[in-house]
This record gives sequence, structure tokens and C-alpha cells, in this order.
Amino acid sequence: MLEIKNIDVSYGDVQVIWDLSFTVKQGEVLALIGANGAGKSTTLKTISGILRPKRGEILFENRPIHMIEPFHLIEMGIAHVPEARRLFVEMTVEENLDMGSLKGEARRDRAKTKEMIFNLFPRLRERQYQLSGTLSGGEQQMVAIARGLMSKPKLLMLDEPSLGLAPILVREIFNVINRIRKEGVTVMIVEQNVKQTLTIADRAYVLENGRATLEGTGTDLLNNPHVQAAYLGV
Amino acid sequence: MESFLQTLIAGLLLGGLYALIGIGMTLIMGVMKIINLAHGELMMVGMYIAFWMFTLFGIDPYLSVFIASPILFFLGIFIQKFLINPVLKVDSILPENQVILTVGIGMVLANLATIFFKSDYRATPVSYATSAWYLSDYWENAPIDLSLSVPWTVSFVIAVAITIALWFFLSKTDSGKSIRATAQDLDSALLMGVNVKLMRVVTFGLGSALVGAAGCLFIPIYYLFPSMGGQFTLIAFVITILGGLGSTNGAIFGGLILGIFESMTATYVGMGWAPVGRFLIFVAALIFLPGGMASLLKKKRIGK
Repeated sequence: MLEIKNIDVSYGDVQVIWDLSFTVKQGEVLALIGANGAGKSTTLKTISGILRPKRGEILFENRPIHMIEPFHLIEMGIAHVPEARRLFVEMTVEENLDMGSLKGEARRDRAKTKEMIFNLFPRLRERQYQLSGTLSGGEQQMVAIARGLMSKPKLLMLDEPSLGLAPILVREIFNVINRIRKEGVTVMIVEQNVKQTLTIADRAYVLENGRATLEGTGTDLLNNPHVQAAYLGV
Repeated sequence: MESFLQTLIAGLLLGGLYALIGIGMTLIMGVMKIINLAHGELMMVGMYIAFWMFTLFGIDPYLSVFIASPILFFLGIFIQKFLINPVLKVDSILPENQVILTVGIGMVLANLATIFFKSDYRATPVSYATSAWYLSDYWENAPIDLSLSVPWTVSFVIAVAITIALWFFLSKTDSGKSIRATAQDLDSALLMGVNVKLMRVVTFGLGSALVGAAGCLFIPIYYLFPSMGGQFTLIAFVITILGGLGSTNGAIFGGLILGIFESMTATYVGMGWAPVGRFLIFVAALIFLPGGMASLLKKKRIGK
């Protein structure tokens, strides 16, 4: 579904991604794990066009997407839920959801999708007329994911959805991801919460210093001695 | 009492027009993160359009709103696309060089106006310029007599109508929401599929169109000369600060407060002191209310 081929990415003169290649298959949950500064978020930003690769290609459904304007991607079916939620804090929850469905089919089905989302996150129905900046961290993360889902994506990219949340909320977020997967949406998740991520992921890549160093199924990596030593503290 | 109420009314009418000037600047500020210091000069251009339409074709200044606004919209788009955008891309030692550029644009506009139209003071002698409605005409035994100047009132009503239309556009339509989203978080808006480059251009056009409309509303009650822009840039700037940078609702309240305060200063201290009142309130806002009216509104959860 998504193919990353030998990309290099730099911030100015500082190169952070080195010759990275991986694929995301239809219907799976793929995780990118790694320490701070490994290049996980940079990879997502490059896929969604905020950053451009210096070299290499990104193909989505066999079409190159690294050259087209970033605002077309959501219509093609790629939704990116950015790190730290990045809501429109001075807009209501409902307006935030509307922003997720500006174009095409998503715009036509806005009311229907919203209803589905309120069933998935009953809390947001109660909060729909509240300014999103006044919500708690967990609720804000739900709005961020919901806003991504409003675009009826084929591929949902989540950047650190558990960041700064209490353990009980983290579990709730991961439950939601499981339900999203059952709806047939391909999920790509970037996380530092390695253990829980590997438990729900079908496959995962380990990123270290901007390079993919390991690849395997979630269970494989959970049992890998290097992963255990470096990320699980076993 | 009578003079107090009369002053209050005059202040409100002035404030409504000020709000329209301020909203244009605050919209641009919100999306572009720059203060457009050519704002008053754009208003001057709008006023000259209304003036010439009246002088050459006898078109009423209020109808010129529909002529000046579209022209200013495209002038704003031109300025943003061909002057400000290229400067945004340049890495320079001065981070605020787009703001300095707007000062330059303002100077060019003012001097072009001087070259083409001379520095004479101009006005549109509309037939209703001095007519007024009196309370005693409608209520014979009124305890106090108040008057409403016709052009001031019409200008105010049109300004309010434009403001309401703008509010509706910004809060109820997808395009309006996209503009607000771009102001709040540029990258997020991009991820939601908003063409942020287009939004910036359109917002600059919209802000210019609003101040152009304000120019048409001002000309029946004010006089016009090429270098008048600076004064109105300052007024818009004070309103933008008073309202809280980038907040439309804040700018409405900021404009009204400034109008009333100026009117009060003019009545109770002296005509010449009105600008002093303006800057007194500016300094007071910076010291006591650095977040502007927006920070007060937010506490009441109606901030937008």
C-alpha cells in the first residue's frame, strides 16, 4: 500500500534519515519504534509532505507522492495525526472534526462519519460544543484521532498517540486503535511506548539514528534480545 | 447627561467603523503572523476609489463598497503574492523584514496618491452629509434631546452588517474555518488538506477588502488626503493590540472601546486630545491587559 524507497531526509544541513526503506501492507498495523531522535516523526512528516526527501521515493498505491502538494494527500486517503495532537485549540470539538472532512467523499458523508465517531468516542459527543483547547489531554488525543478518521482514510498515521497520557488512557487509546483496524483501516503507528505497541502491531521496524536496523512481527521483536535490552529494560 | 449620552452614541458609531478597520488587520495578523503596516494606506486607496466614483460618475460612496472591496481584494492578493511571499522565502538577518516591507508598500501607495491626485484635501459632498435624525421628532415630550447623524448611522449599520457577514463566513463555512485553522496551526491545517498558501493569499485579500469597505464608509463623514493612511494604520494597530493579536471578536470590542474612549476624550478633555486618549488606552492595554480583549473573552469561553 505504502512503499518507502531509499529516502534521505535532512533539516537544513543535518541529515536525520539515511537510506530508509520499508513497506506498509494493506490492512495491517505497522509500528515504527525507536528512541528520541531516531527519526520516527521525521519519517511520518516526510510521508505527509511537510518535509521533502532529498533522495528516494515514496509510493502510495503505486503512485509517487513525494512530489505532490501536501494538502492533496488527505483526499488520496492518508491521514496524519500529528505528535502532541496539534488541535485547533480555539475551535470547538465539532469544528475540529469538520476540518478533518473538507473534501470529496469525506465532505459528503460528514454527518454520517461524525455519528460513527461519536459512537466510537461517546465522550466527544458530550464535549462537541466545547473549545478543544479546554479538554483534558486524553480527550484531546481522542479529538486528534477522530479528526483523522473524519477524512475516511485508507492509511491512518498516528504519531505518539500515548504521549503524556495516564496508563488507563493509554490502554483506551490502544483499544481504539484495535477497533479502527477492524474497520479495515491500515494503521501506521510511531511510539516510544514499545511494549504495548508491539503487542498490537502486526509488524514493526526499529529505527536507530535514522536507519531501520530491525524488522519483524510484533511478537518476534518483543522476544528479540536487542529490543529487550534497549527498549524494554529487561 | 444629554451630552454624555450623545458622546456615547458618537463613540459607538465611530467604534463600529474602527472595528471594521481593526478586523482587517487582525485577520491578516492571525494568518500571516505579520502586522500589515500598509493597512491605513489601503484604506486611503479605497477612499480614493469611492471619491472618484462619486466625482466622475456620481456613484454614492455607499454603493462604492461593492466596487472598492473587490478592487482592494485583488490589490491585497497582488501584494501578498508578488511582494510579501518572495520576501518570506528569503533568509535574512532581520526576521521581521516582511513588516518593514509593508511600511514601504504604504509609503509607495501614499506617494503615488500624492503624484496622481495632489495633496489636496478632498471630500464627497453627498446630499445627506449634514442631515440628522432627532429624538424630539419622534418623541415630542422627550426629557432629553439626542441626535443621530444620517451618514454616521448609515456607515455604522453597514459596518455592522459587514462584520456579521464576516463572522458568519468565518464560523459557519468550511472556507472560513480553514482560514481560522490556518491561523491557529499551519502544519495541522496542511495535514487536514487546507491549501495554506492559498489561504494566506486569500486572507490578505480579504483583510484589504474589509479596510477598503471601511474607506467607503468613512468618506461621507471624513475628508481625504494622500498621507492620511498612517493615522489609520496606527488606529488599526491599537485595535489589534487591544483586541488581542489575531482575535476577530477581540477586534470588535477593541474598536468599540477605542471609539467610545476617543469620543469621551474629545468631549470632556478637548478635541485635540483624542489621539492622546487613543495612545493612553494603547499603553494601558500593553501594561494591564497584554493578552488583549481576547484573553478576557476566553475566560468567558466565547473566544474565537
